[in-house]
Amino acid sequence: MAATLQPEGVARTLNGHPESEDSTTSPRWSHMNRLLSRQGAYTDPDEYEPGATPLNNISNSRILVIGAGGLGCEILKNLALSGFRHIDVIDMDTIDVSNLNRQFLFREKDVGSPKASVAANFVMKRCPGCTITPHVGKIQDKDEDFYMQFNVVICGLDSIEARRWINATLVSMVDMDNPDSLKPLIDGGTEGFKGQARVIFPTMTSCIECQLDMHAPRAAVPLCTLATIPRQPQHCIEWAHIIKWEEERKDIILDTDDPEHITWLYQTAIQRAKQFKIEGVTYSMTQGVVKNIIPAIASTNAIIAAACCNEAFKIVTSSAPFLGNPGQNNYMLYTGDSSVYTYTFEHQKKDDCPVCGNLPKGITLDPESTLGEFVESLAERPEAQLKKPNLRTEERSLYYSTPAGLEESTRPNLKRKVREILAEGEEFVVNDPSFPEVTLKYVVRYGT
Amino acid sequence: MASTNGQEVPPPLQDIPTAKEKKYDRQLRLWGAAGQVALEESHILLLNSGAGVTGVETLKNLVLPGIGQFSILDSAIVTEADLGVNFFVEDASLGRFRAAETVRMLEELNPGVKGHAITETVDTFFDVGKGEVAPFQPYNLIIVAAPIEPTWLTHILHCAQALHIPVFYLHCVGYFSSFAVTLPPAFPIVDTHPDPTATTDLRLLKPWPALAQFAAEKTAMLNESESSMGEEDDATSKEREAAKARRAHDKAHIPYLCLLLHYLEQWKQSHDGNVPATYKEKTAFRNLVRAGDYNEENFDEACTAVLRALNPPTPPSSILDILSAPETHNLTPETPAFWLIANAINQFYTKHNQLPLPGSVPDMKAESSVYVQLQNIYKSKARDDSAEVLATVRELEKETNRPQHLAVDAKEVENFCKGAAHIHLVRGRAFQTAQSDASLRFGDGAKVLAMELSMPESLVGLHLAFLAWDRYIATHSTSAAPEVGGERLRVPGGATTSGADDDDEAYEADVAKVTSIAHTLLDHLITESGTGFLEDPEYSEARERVGKFVRELVRAGGGELHNVASVTGGLVAQEVIKVVTRQYVPVEGVCLFDGVQGRTQVLRV
Ligand SMILES: [Zn+2]
Repeated sequence: MAATLQPEGVARTLNGHPESEDSTTSPRWSHMNRLLSRQGAYTDPDEYEPGATPLNNISNSRILVIGAGGLGCEILKNLALSGFRHIDVIDMDTIDVSNLNRQFLFREKDVGSPKASVAANFVMKRCPGCTITPHVGKIQDKDEDFYMQFNVVICGLDSIEARRWINATLVSMVDMDNPDSLKPLIDGGTEGFKGQARVIFPTMTSCIECQLDMHAPRAAVPLCTLATIPRQPQHCIEWAHIIKWEEERKDIILDTDDPEHITWLYQTAIQRAKQFKIEGVTYSMTQGVVKNIIPAIASTNAIIAAACCNEAFKIVTSSAPFLGNPGQNNYMLYTGDSSVYTYTFEHQKKDDCPVCGNLPKGITLDPESTLGEFVESLAERPEAQLKKPNLRTEERSLYYSTPAGLEESTRPNLKRKVREILAEGEEFVVNDPSFPEVTLKYVVRYGT
Repeated sequence: MASTNGQEVPPPLQDIPTAKEKKYDRQLRLWGAAGQVALEESHILLLNSGAGVTGVETLKNLVLPGIGQFSILDSAIVTEADLGVNFFVEDASLGRFRAAETVRMLEELNPGVKGHAITETVDTFFDVGKGEVAPFQPYNLIIVAAPIEPTWLTHILHCAQALHIPVFYLHCVGYFSSFAVTLPPAFPIVDTHPDPTATTDLRLLKPWPALAQFAAEKTAMLNESESSMGEEDDATSKEREAAKARRAHDKAHIPYLCLLLHYLEQWKQSHDGNVPATYKEKTAFRNLVRAGDYNEENFDEACTAVLRALNPPTPPSSILDILSAPETHNLTPETPAFWLIANAINQFYTKHNQLPLPGSVPDMKAESSVYVQLQNIYKSKARDDSAEVLATVRELEKETNRPQHLAVDAKEVENFCKGAAHIHLVRGRAFQTAQSDASLRFGDGAKVLAMELSMPESLVGLHLAFLAWDRYIATHSTSAAPEVGGERLRVPGGATTSGADDDDEAYEADVAKVTSIAHTLLDHLITESGTGFLEDPEYSEARERVGKFVRELVRAGGGELHNVASVTGGLVAQEVIKVVTRQYVPVEGVCLFDGVQGRTQVLRV
């Protein structure tokens, strides 16, 4: 199998279709062309053919950019200035004023417009010869045929859910008989002064699902703390958000972008804080807690987005070794709050990965615990992070969160002890309708 | 709903964000209002040259968050090649001054930022007052893009150092980049934003009376035996049950700090008044705490904290260096407030053998009111410590005849006391510059660098390659008739005089020349480090690695890849932000980016 699916193959499949403008001689690309026209110090002369081939690969390949936010704006600029001419960008969001401190393709007048189209138009205007097709919508609404058109997919997202979805989709699309079905996935993420860039060759190297435990969800504050013994300003805000809103305004759907709603939560939290003599509740903190705001700055976005595009450029041109080649480093962790530090390493593929592996994962359960307790734990288990799980063995349905009918009929199982339902060594699988391609296989072990 | 909102007048809408706060919300969460003010008061000068992308990308990342002003000195004219690699020029810019075009398009990013284009050459700009510092005075940070004539670089560095202006010197060539930083000779950072999980001093081993007393009160119940409670003859079983439940509840809500203090007292009684010090003792101590309760969360928290919370709060060497620095002890009437406070803290430290209490308390399971009491005990002690330091500061002001308008701000004293354990002092020093003669020295960094030579993963070879690249330019540039831009600086692997880019022979000749310079530097480094020699195969391998870095550098012929320029612009902008806001710990020395391997390394040189 491997022979036809070598990542180097990606570059080779891009020949043909010469473009109207000859990028090999255009002075516009002279910086890039000079480098690409010479053998590199780290390229294998048998593998890399300097000159027209890498340049044609760039102008002929089609790249999909997922997300037109902080990373996405940078990615589009970087690709256009790396000679790519066929780019698609997909994003469902509209521009908010708080984007303007880093999403440099947007201006005050663009607030409220779709990110994907404003970003695409800006870059196309600035970089003639580059076509960027915007798609305003959800990645989940596009089908396999859509994703099949691209040579490389680059993600600049702030949501783990969307990453998991595209990862699972690209893994499921791999057809061993068709090298074109293998789409390298390059993923960037940032948080304040930190970030990561990683490259995935679906089914060949560690995938996003294999790496899920590197992004374990933050432990939630227990409800009883919020309800009875708040100590921190955040506890008061969460109380207003989770408990008080439900009690007093349950008919109104909370819109975290509505200033009236945030103000209500802020005032409610302040009163709570006063009652318990807790200091420090502010409007800004209320917004931060309720919207789960992650600090974001232009410089980190620039670093991570360009690191991702640099990998795309190397993959498409073969002009230097790239991250993600099987057996090589595939992950760069970046930290910039104290000096500058990167850790670049190989994340190993997992045989029991629910997306790209096929072995079940051993799970130790307390035989006296209930199935309900286990179902609840799936939301926070680092390798699962599933909120609407469906559980079944080969023969039986254990519990279904959806649809409602099946939920009702399987609900009684939640109260039962796991030992009554599952035997030692028995296998069961967990799915979640939000991630159709993710299947967690577990094999039961009872602890002593 | 009507009842809660109807009876009371809602509190006035405080701190509803302004338009500016909304726009900058995501960054204010990192550097706060003070950092933003510092940013807005800054004026950055970029001396642009060569392909000129990295400097402009850096400015993009500074204009967006709202730097006050920026100036670009660049005499180059926009060419076709700029259009393919620089986002801040457009087709209509062809033939115009690159400085003016990039300034105009950068300004579009943020209406609050003012940019200035200087289309002179470095020569004429500085010739005005050659040897003088006047041209530097408007700027509080200077970014110099390579290539530049080494004599000018030295001059700029010299003047900037005299004025205590930070200088960044950047390279971006093909897949590689680097930037070197020179900060003022004493550059303290008070607000370093330590990792929130970093240990704060809780004084558990040396509790002050108010804390000890509070802990004793809150843990008194642990001294009573369970059976002695609720055993009055007439107590019904129901009452007994209720008392038992209350007791369980109370026990489960003792803050873990109090639990640790309680068990420490117990431990001391059976250990001649000593606290657990060794790992073994701490493990035994943890078992003692564990035995207090096997299930409750607060006991879990106490056990988890044993290993890190029971270390004597030895101040990190960084703060001790500050306390013993000459500036701390040689105060003058005009000494910066930082050193005056450092002197006062030093007196505090000498007297109490500990730093002022930071005053923050981690979150822990506890009743709300008990936790708030505990917080107040810490806060009030921190205030007392800070007040003591402030009193010393006031005395020092008198002793040193400090003029009234330089009086130290009490808030600054408070911040210093709060962050004392994490304060960082950078001793800025001039970065190395490669001259045309062989005068380059590695100084006291030589030993560390030489050790890096034998590490296959190290980027020290790339550092040497860049130095060699600079020296090639120094020896190949002509000081003939001034041309625009950096074009009279001949870059290895670049366009030859004949104009034939891909002249293989010339290219290979350049590779050989730069490699030879780099190998000479490598030998100098080994000699200077005092280790004498590097054994084979390490020596040959180090030479080979350096050779590969050089070849890949020369391959680009001085050209920039946009992605690498953009990574580097991000890194440099981040460091500029740290320096102008005086928050977070900046890079010291040189930071290298290897776009082939996808990694960075900082070398202290
Ligand atoms: Zn996987």
